[in-house]
Amino acid sequence: MSYQLPKFRHPELPVNDLGYTKADYEGAISTLCAGCGHDSISGAIVRACHELSIEPHKIAKLSGIGCSSKAPTYFLGNSHGFNSVHGRMPSVVTGAALANRDLLYMGVSGDGDTASIGMGQFAHVARRNLNMVYIVMNNGCYGLTKGQDSATADRGSASKKGDPNIYSAIDLCGTALQMGATFVARSFSGDKEQLVPLIKAAISHRGFALIDVVSPCVTFNNNAKSTKSYEFVREHSEATGTIDFVPMHKEITTEYQPGHSHEVTLHNGSSIRLYKVDESLNPFDRRSAINALEEHRCSGNILTGLIYMNMDSRDLHEVLETSQRPLNALDESDLCPGNKMLLNINASLR
Amino acid sequence: MIMKRIESVNDFVIKFANVNGTGSASANNLFAKALFRMGIPVSPKNIFPSNIQGLPTWYEVRVNDKGYLGRRGGIDIALSVNPQSMAQDIREVLPGGYFIYDDTKPLDLRLHRDDISIIGVPLTRICNEQYDDPRQRQLFKNVIYVGALAALLDMDFKVLTGLVEDQFKGKKNLVLPNIHALELGHQYVRNHLDCPIGIRVEKSDMVGDKILLDGNTALGLGALYGGATVAAWYPITPSTSVVDAFEKYAKRVRIDPGTGRRNYAIVQAEDELAAIGMAIGASWNGARSFTATSGPGVSLMSEFLGLAYFAEIPTVLFNVQRAGPSTGMPTRTQQSDILACAYASHGDTKQVLLFPSTPRECFDFGALSFDLAERLQTPIILMTDLDLGMNDNMSEPLEWDDERKYDRGKVLTAEQLEAGVEFGRYLDVDGDAICYRTYPGTHPTKGAFFTRGTSRNEYAIYTEKGEEYEANMLRLLRKWDTINEYVPAPIIVDSGVETDTAVLYFGTSEEAAREALDYLSDEGIHLNAMRVRAFPFNKQVQEFIERHKQVFVIEQNRDAQLRTLLMAEFEFGPDKLKSVLCFDGTPISARNIRKQIKKHLNGDNVLPLHRNTALLRAGESR
Repeated sequence: MSYQLPKFRHPELPVNDLGYTKADYEGAISTLCAGCGHDSISGAIVRACHELSIEPHKIAKLSGIGCSSKAPTYFLGNSHGFNSVHGRMPSVVTGAALANRDLLYMGVSGDGDTASIGMGQFAHVARRNLNMVYIVMNNGCYGLTKGQDSATADRGSASKKGDPNIYSAIDLCGTALQMGATFVARSFSGDKEQLVPLIKAAISHRGFALIDVVSPCVTFNNNAKSTKSYEFVREHSEATGTIDFVPMHKEITTEYQPGHSHEVTLHNGSSIRLYKVDESLNPFDRRSAINALEEHRCSGNILTGLIYMNMDSRDLHEVLETSQRPLNALDESDLCPGNKMLLNINASLR
Repeated sequence: MIMKRIESVNDFVIKFANVNGTGSASANNLFAKALFRMGIPVSPKNIFPSNIQGLPTWYEVRVNDKGYLGRRGGIDIALSVNPQSMAQDIREVLPGGYFIYDDTKPLDLRLHRDDISIIGVPLTRICNEQYDDPRQRQLFKNVIYVGALAALLDMDFKVLTGLVEDQFKGKKNLVLPNIHALELGHQYVRNHLDCPIGIRVEKSDMVGDKILLDGNTALGLGALYGGATVAAWYPITPSTSVVDAFEKYAKRVRIDPGTGRRNYAIVQAEDELAAIGMAIGASWNGARSFTATSGPGVSLMSEFLGLAYFAEIPTVLFNVQRAGPSTGMPTRTQQSDILACAYASHGDTKQVLLFPSTPRECFDFGALSFDLAERLQTPIILMTDLDLGMNDNMSEPLEWDDERKYDRGKVLTAEQLEAGVEFGRYLDVDGDAICYRTYPGTHPTKGAFFTRGTSRNEYAIYTEKGEEYEANMLRLLRKWDTINEYVPAPIIVDSGVETDTAVLYFGTSEEAAREALDYLSDEGIHLNAMRVRAFPFNKQVQEFIERHKQVFVIEQNRDAQLRTLLMAEFEFGPDKLKSVLCFDGTPISARNIRKQIKKHLNGDNVLPLHRNTALLRAGESR
């Protein structure tokens, strides 16, 4: 069951540039387990959208099947949502995005939904560079069916059931890079300070933006031998650096240490400030990103933060040269060639 | 033995035996179209292998002044340019018929028949004398035999040359060599052979303003005129040319002259699951979209079809059927996805099917599908087949009413939401069981809802309450009644004579059935006829069956799927509906239908004791 949140709000809640409070971006009360990492990610999405002042109804949230895919009910209650079929969210988003290029498409998926049943669609939506944010709530297990290992579970990692996983893990960031994704990041549900700016940057990126968020499953995969537990992730994550997201119209008030930051301007005029910790990674170079992922994998650490971003990204609409007006806004006068053309066609068929 | 030659004017079947990939298709097409331009009804059919180059391929043309366009069965003239299949091709010619072959190499004496006329034209020799380039030799050989046929059948040579000129308009360097090749064949036959043969053609006026068009192109045009903007598909024979046609015409008329940008998007998906997912996503978001596929694709799309049924999302699917099950015979025709589509997906589902019968109906129903899908908020599956889709069929010309507006169905606008209209996505406000929807992005605070394949209440909120689930399922059943009022009604043809017996058919069985009924009527057997054009079956379908004692259901599959559907929906007993079936992958023929109906009427339902007799009968009925 989903419950609607009470409508009563404190009258002095801060509003964003559009006059919306954070509550305007919230959804129904979560029915996920208490402490579930997914709820933190929902909270980060709410905060990012509120702070970016995106009109709630200009966002469409779509998902597949699983605990993660239930999450869209729990954020952005004023946005249209679509809980589709298992592993097929990318195709539904592709169609939706082709129909109306003016909305923001927020896809939410899980590790089963993405790395197993939906692996094909995930790979292809990345290579088409669809303009969307693709958030994976990655807990290394199947929650709704009670804790089976998923394809992102590390070899040797054991869930609550106790048997170590015998297969090698699929690294979604690495896969996305190979498939041609133009924005790849990894984060941790427990690190909102890192996650929120990453979501903002992903939203502002024009093209396919993956954020693989390690999100511990408190019920089935948060035990001592799991590599997706809160404790393990906290101890083993190494950030590429920290980033700040600066919207176009915001005054820069913080003082930054010169020499350590790298600022990039996005297509919509906003910018990202990157404070690199790991000097060996150049997140604007795909080869460097692939190397960094592999090095961290070998050392047993989880690389988080912005891993790759292509500043020259051309999204699917650009590649297909579709109309700037959304296709769903076209009518008979734009679409139907009329009977005169049929007369010519008929004549050519005699 | 004295041979009686087949003699006829404008009434014969000719079969071309070619090698796949040698460019024969355009020459054969030239032949059929020339007859069509002479005003003679033609019905050409490609019988081709699942292969790109090298295997035998055939092109069968029925020429018939009465306008019978179905497959007749039997070959009067075989034109053989493929040694691989020569033994079979010569065997198939009816006694008294004609076998035309390339006699550069003499005919194998073992193949010789003395009950047919064997006519040699040294095609290879002529080519070798005329052309040095091997590719030209191969291509022009085809054109030369068309020229030879023109002389043998007394065709109007000017029509042929006129066609070549039209085909290569403005490309003089192509026109002259082709006409030259036609003349080579024509001259050779005139100088060396008696012509015309017993079968010949003469100008007629039986074609009127009709056109020669394949169903897939008509469907692509239907989608274009119907306002489709998103096409997502995965290549599969025999549906591929639907999206090809859509793209071809969209490139002409859907590119904005000011910006150069496209008012359409076509995505070749990674598989059929993704193809229909994209179509559903686009429709959900307010664009008209479609996908096209064939049997194996339908199997893959089933899960999504269930979602679209249950979540009530408009979806248009063009299913160009081929012979199943599994990969089956990918380049042969059948009507064998009826049940798989009617009840596509798990759980209680019913899907709307449309059955076009001609290219004109492919166009009309193709465009109509989008109105129906949006009005009825459910998948519309248009059921055509390889025979209709990939062959040139004689058809009424295409027409569009320029006053026509698209029916976008029940969609609430921002103004309506602002004015405070109560919105429940699954709330039956109008009593027709069709509810209002909203497009994403319509209004800042009103009208958002969650689309899902899980059960939900009238306000689209997730529910596991049995009574709410049941109420929704019952509403969907009531919606089925509304749908019934919108889908095309059947077409009934009264025999004009009192009878309690009838035939029922759909799709591409129409032409053969019409002809079979004429044969039967000549023999004093009068049958009323009904062509079903949609599922759900209209009330008229029920009444028609009820008022007859016996109805023969003609269909091109093994298991009598439409009959099963009729029995399931109306609870007719099995005795009332008798099957007339053809499922060997070729289009059903009039002779076959007549034979099976007569067998039923003669009460010849008991299998003969002698096994060989049974086998013989089975063979006969094909």
